Amino acid sequence: MSANISHHIPSEILAAYAAGSLGQAFSLVVAAHVSLCTECRAELAAHEAAGGAVLDNMGEESVSSDLFARVLDHLDDPVAPEPTPRSREGVFPGPVMDALKGRTPRWKALGGGVKQCLIGGDSDGLSRLLFIPPNQAVPDHGHHGTELTLVLQGGFSDEVGHFDVGDVEVADADLDHTPVADPGPPCIVLAATDAPLKFNTFLPRLLQPLFGI
Amino acid sequence: MLAIRDQRDKAAFAKLFDHYAARLKGFVMRAGAPKAQAEDIVQEVMLTVWRKAHLFDPERAQVSSWIYQIARNRQIDVIRKEARPVPEALANEDESDGEPDAGQVIALEQESDKLRQALEKLAPAQREMIERAYLGELTHTEIREATGLPLGTIKSRIRLGLERLRHELKDLRQE
Repeated sequence: MSANISHHIPSEILAAYAAGSLGQAFSLVVAAHVSLCTECRAELAAHEAAGGAVLDNMGEESVSSDLFARVLDHLDDPVAPEPTPRSREGVFPGPVMDALKGRTPRWKALGGGVKQCLIGGDSDGLSRLLFIPPNQAVPDHGHHGTELTLVLQGGFSDEVGHFDVGDVEVADADLDHTPVADPGPPCIVLAATDAPLKFNTFLPRLLQPLFGI
Repeated sequence: MLAIRDQRDKAAFAKLFDHYAARLKGFVMRAGAPKAQAEDIVQEVMLTVWRKAHLFDPERAQVSSWIYQIARNRQIDVIRKEARPVPEALANEDESDGEPDAGQVIALEQESDKLRQALEKLAPAQREMIERAYLGELTHTEIREATGLPLGTIKSRIRLGLERLRHELKDLRQE
């Protein structure tokens, strides 16, 4: 599955994910991509090893003399079982199924056959699934922040290049692009922004508050 | 760590505690935990180490790296209400299959040592940035813009160990 991935998660985003400083929306894209990509899984392990080295070299703060005893006291406490992570369903990787709470996406039409399903949004970002019919363009848009787009089905092309299943496009604020879906199966992507998108045509700008994109 | 995992050895757990408790306290305080809460977090992390010991796999991660992940997750849980999205587990990740592949474990250990040495040799200002990055104090944009941050070194330092890991992961994926 991961053999053909040619667009990966950049190092600084994997490092931020390992360090826990990445917002929820981007973390979802990282978790979904790593589920598909052994190369990024291995690089993530490298960043975790670097984090481990930082921990090992950390200045020590003396702990209370009874802390170990307190830990021992709780060793056999019953703990609530953690929810089992969901597994992949169709084109949707496990972390996406978790974010959808196990349900199939509820698509909302955006016009032109394009549909979206909002997954989650908070102050540090917004994530959604987009369904784009073959040969259809997603409205020309720029962003205030960074946009990560992970292909789950089909593929698309834009001014930057061509993106297949598993590929991630990283679009920064200075990129205005018009992704066009490949012919063949409809293109489904997981897209996340750390700031709202800004569309460059009049109509989508009016719709933007309505659809929350 | 393997004695803790396989024999539930409390003496081995005490040794691990002696090594990590004070470092963890320093770590969580540097990462912003108030002094009063720091020991509670250390306690939770060490309890998680004990409870999740069956998930520890020396072919995939060193002890320090594994405990780092637990500590990061613990601190994120304290801050956020939603769980952080995590990648799918690999096919056999939940069941440790007894005998680890010694070659893989040693390769990972050697590369991790080299990585540690590389980080120790950095100029103080760079080391400070590395610490801040992995303590979660920098955004991804700040990490990218931090000049002299040796992300490439981190990526390549551990390559040998990870090359093996990568092949192993690939094999798993194809099963």
